[in-house]
Amino acid sequence: MPILEGRGVTKYFGGLAAVSNVDFHVDQGEILGLIGPNGAGKTTLFNLISAASPISSGEIRFKGQKLNGLKPHQICRMGIARTFQETKVFANMPVLQNALVGAFFGSQGRVSTADAAREASQALEFVGLSAMTNAPINDLTLVSQKRVEVARALATKPELLLLDELMAGLNAAEVGEAMELVTRIRDRGITIVMVEHVMKAIMGISGRVMVLHHGEKIAEGTCNEISCNRTVIDVYLGEEAHAGS
Amino acid sequence: MVVLILLIGFVVTFPLYSGVFPTRVLTYMLMCAVLAVSWTMFSGATGYMSLAPAAFFGIGVYSMYLLQYYLPFPVIMVVGGLISFVLALLLGLVTLRLKGIYFTIFSFGLFVFIGNAVNYVEAEVFGRHGWVFPLLDPAIPLYTMLGLAVVTVVAIHFIRRSRLGLAMLSIGGNEEAAEHMGINTTRIKVLTFAISAVFMGAAGVVTAPSFIYSNAGIAFSSTYSFIPIVAAVFGGMGTLSGPVVGGLLFGFLQKTLQARFQTYFMLGFGVIIVLVILFLPTGVAGLVPMLRDRLRRGSKSGKGGEAEQYANT
Repeated sequence: MPILEGRGVTKYFGGLAAVSNVDFHVDQGEILGLIGPNGAGKTTLFNLISAASPISSGEIRFKGQKLNGLKPHQICRMGIARTFQETKVFANMPVLQNALVGAFFGSQGRVSTADAAREASQALEFVGLSAMTNAPINDLTLVSQKRVEVARALATKPELLLLDELMAGLNAAEVGEAMELVTRIRDRGITIVMVEHVMKAIMGISGRVMVLHHGEKIAEGTCNEISCNRTVIDVYLGEEAHAGS
Repeated sequence: MVVLILLIGFVVTFPLYSGVFPTRVLTYMLMCAVLAVSWTMFSGATGYMSLAPAAFFGIGVYSMYLLQYYLPFPVIMVVGGLISFVLALLLGLVTLRLKGIYFTIFSFGLFVFIGNAVNYVEAEVFGRHGWVFPLLDPAIPLYTMLGLAVVTVVAIHFIRRSRLGLAMLSIGGNEEAAEHMGINTTRIKVLTFAISAVFMGAAGVVTAPSFIYSNAGIAFSSTYSFIPIVAAVFGGMGTLSGPVVGGLLFGFLQKTLQARFQTYFMLGFGVIIVLVILFLPTGVAGLVPMLRDRLRRGSKSGKGGEAEQYANT
């Protein structure tokens, strides 16, 4: 049974359909890559799932439960955590407190202070930031800030994690580390949907890939199927592929 | 802690060897501290700059005016706080959906509107303008204000360290991210806005008798919205001690300068505030760790001031 399922998911901004009638599913324990050119509707789809903006029509179900009409904090407490394309860390508190927010408020029921502290430091250790828990967040590099966002999301004990361009702006070595991190998160049993422009990363670790273009789903399948798909090559990998042939 | 007890001891014995005017000044200083601390608790943490304190302060003054012959002083203080709490809950539900400058402007309009509405009702319905409070021994408001100040500081100390404090800070850090981390931001904002209003309303109740003569214009004066902001910036908003020190100093400077240089006091006052903002970004309270830091660095190259800043909260 898919952990997340969307039917006819549509979002209008004025007259523009940013996401148009998309059906999708995410299976338990997989890494789903979500790709498409700029403006394809990838982040909008994330915003619909996490309730950052209301859905125009269609429905999204998480573990069979309808998400329509819920608020972002309710979505988070159900077990869907996310990171942001442009990092949105809490700049007014140190690294550890950032993760503590997730640990305290992100899961169902009341979390004791000791449990939250443990959860937060474990999450920071998991992403490799245990050495800088007390540093002011603005002292961290962009790469590290993105890791704080991942740790903060993990501290909410999610079942599904939405990663929005975790690897944008990273160099080759850092992309490798980020890929390894994403794989380790999946190995903990957390299902992942990742929006990414770094093809090497998408093709390297996702089990399945979904392609959006102008808000419509134009292809879906394994990495091999996608990289051979004619439509995908035309609209997305177009120039490069033709240049090579 | 020892310093705190000594301070309380000082305030308690103050009226015994001092005159009426210094006692009034001390009461006023404590009032400024209460307003500054409760304002900073909400606005400093969440970044929602509220200009509504005067509304809650005025509610407190009117609670005192209407109930003074029916209930004991401390009970009126609690009642005034509770009325402010309920009003702030209702207003918060409406206004806290607004962000940034829109919220600030709305909160400004709030006390102007309430003040004028009260003035209208008073004049048109009851046909009177202003009233007189019976003279009280100045030690009574002082002791009540001291009690209120201690309760305020202790309560806000615990709120800042609780998960409610963390939630407020995260809203100030990034409200959108806070929502996605499971925080019901609307509920937290409305609740903490109302909690801060309790202390502002109570401060109004305790201050009312020192007005002797008052009316809606005095009770809902914009001064009470600007005191906490200026005092908080003056003292420093990052810590709990900042607005306490800022409020006390602000009250002291205002009253003594006012008494000595009636016309020019605003000028000197303005210069002092500008100097503090320019040269002490962490406020007057930030001066202590800064100096300690510099002294230590003089003897040996010590560490940064972070630890001290935490120790200071």
